[in-house]
Amino acid sequence: MFYRVSRIISLALFAILIVVPTLVVIFGSFKSDLELMVKPLALPESWSFRNYRTLLEGGQIITNFRNSTIVTLFSVIVTLFVASLASFGIARAINVTGKFLFLLFTLGLAIPAATSIIGIYELFVRLGLTNTLHGLVIINVASTLPISIFILTAFFRQIPHELYESAAIDGARPFRLYRSIALPLSKPSMAAVAIFLFVITWNDLLYPLLLITQSDLKTLPLALLDFRGEYAINFSMIFTAVMVASVPMVVMYLSMQKTFVSGLTAGAVKG
Amino acid sequence: MSKTETGARKGASPRPKNKLARANDRTLLLMTLPALLLYSIFYLYPTISNLRYSLSKWDGFGVPEFVGLRNFRKLVTDDDIFNKVLSNNIEFTFLVVIFQTALSLIFAIFLLKNSRGSTFLRTLYFFPTIISSVSVAMVWQFLYEPNLGPINVFLNSIGLDFLALNWLGSETITLRAIAFTQVWFHTGQMMVVYIAGLQQIPAELYEAAEVDGASRWQQFKSVTWPMALPTTAVVMAYTTIQSFRAFDLVYAMTQGGPNNSSSILVTLIYLTAFNEFRFGYAATQSIFLVIFILALTALQRRILRTRY
Repeated sequence: MFYRVSRIISLALFAILIVVPTLVVIFGSFKSDLELMVKPLALPESWSFRNYRTLLEGGQIITNFRNSTIVTLFSVIVTLFVASLASFGIARAINVTGKFLFLLFTLGLAIPAATSIIGIYELFVRLGLTNTLHGLVIINVASTLPISIFILTAFFRQIPHELYESAAIDGARPFRLYRSIALPLSKPSMAAVAIFLFVITWNDLLYPLLLITQSDLKTLPLALLDFRGEYAINFSMIFTAVMVASVPMVVMYLSMQKTFVSGLTAGAVKG
Repeated sequence: MSKTETGARKGASPRPKNKLARANDRTLLLMTLPALLLYSIFYLYPTISNLRYSLSKWDGFGVPEFVGLRNFRKLVTDDDIFNKVLSNNIEFTFLVVIFQTALSLIFAIFLLKNSRGSTFLRTLYFFPTIISSVSVAMVWQFLYEPNLGPINVFLNSIGLDFLALNWLGSETITLRAIAFTQVWFHTGQMMVVYIAGLQQIPAELYEAAEVDGASRWQQFKSVTWPMALPTTAVVMAYTTIQSFRAFDLVYAMTQGGPNNSSSILVTLIYLTAFNEFRFGYAATQSIFLVIFILALTALQRRILRTRY
């Protein structure tokens, strides 16, 4: 009895703690700032898209949205390609070099990204890569390679050896084995890694903050910080921007829940 | 396993094939090259170059001036802000690890069995994980707003006025308020890790315990907890690292303020470099942080291993 009651109460409390702020944001994006402050929990008096119109007419957020999309897509695709290629090489190489490379890459897992920012900033300034979207892509790829290689190598090692052997007897070389055996078999792992990369890249603040100062090159999280300054305490406008920045992730999460959960927990367990 | 594979392969291939195997090995190593180059040039090299910058005085623009170990001496002997932020970080990590681990374990136990309700709640609890730290920071800034924010309005309305604090503007409470948000943010993710771990525990163990008339608490103490220890180790290790990486959340919520009271090491490093233009000193702080994390991880592993 005690167990059941405490179970229900604690589950309900945490559910409320997530549902209420979510509704405050959704409803808030349709309210005026005054209405949001006075009645934060109530349904909006009218479902007015005024905030959205103001935000989109500014045009800035569309640019930010585009920048985030470009950076995220390219970062994820390049990382997946480069990491899967390397993971296959590491998993299949039978000499010590493979082991050494694996260690070298996993070294990057122990280092918090923020401890590398000084060197990254200096290098990117020297190479003229600050205030460019491809600079952002490069640092995203370089910094997410360790975790991606870690997960994918573990997967490629699990593929039964016989599958490769029989193809190798038919004369298939490594690149062919990668393309026709390893990649098709690893679709679920690749999807999980892709989602993981998608979420952390789309949401990242550190690298854009470090490398981008030009407002037409800012990504959404960085732009959100600016909005806060610009709209001072106008939380209904800020929530509208939060909605725009979060909608792609939420839609993806609701339509591919399993992959999301496995991707983000694989990143956790192995990171 | 890999040893037997290697042996079998070597034994099976006659001499001319060995040449092919070696060529294949070269191809395999070539496949790692793009990753190796990108990672070494753009991530490993900048990280290692901290060692060089840490020995210099540098504003980020001019030429670094070599100052030997002066930065290290200052960091260790004469830097109140660094000491304060270090103890902030230890408190933050401690709070987050304890509460996030405990809550995620409790919710995992409560939602372990598949039912429509549990599936829904698992989806809901996991949901914050996909939102950006900046968005989460904005939402909680509103909730924590001292005068009109929903939390204080609620506390005032039920007569708990003395609890309606200035959550993000007070030197004593702000760090804890951010820790609370961090736990809210990531508990669902760790709950999923726990659920995966708990599902591995053989049902027979619970059946046997039930036959022996063990209460729920006894079952937890003698079956769930010991069997879930490896998962606990993973959750605690990850949560620790995650708490040291909470740059986005802290920066977006308070930028470490007021008066550095909510700063953690990663935000201090950023602010030292990019607000105070003391790049050399920030590099020294980075080196300290890396060593600190490596030591902490090693210690944690050791403690958890002796507990098995």
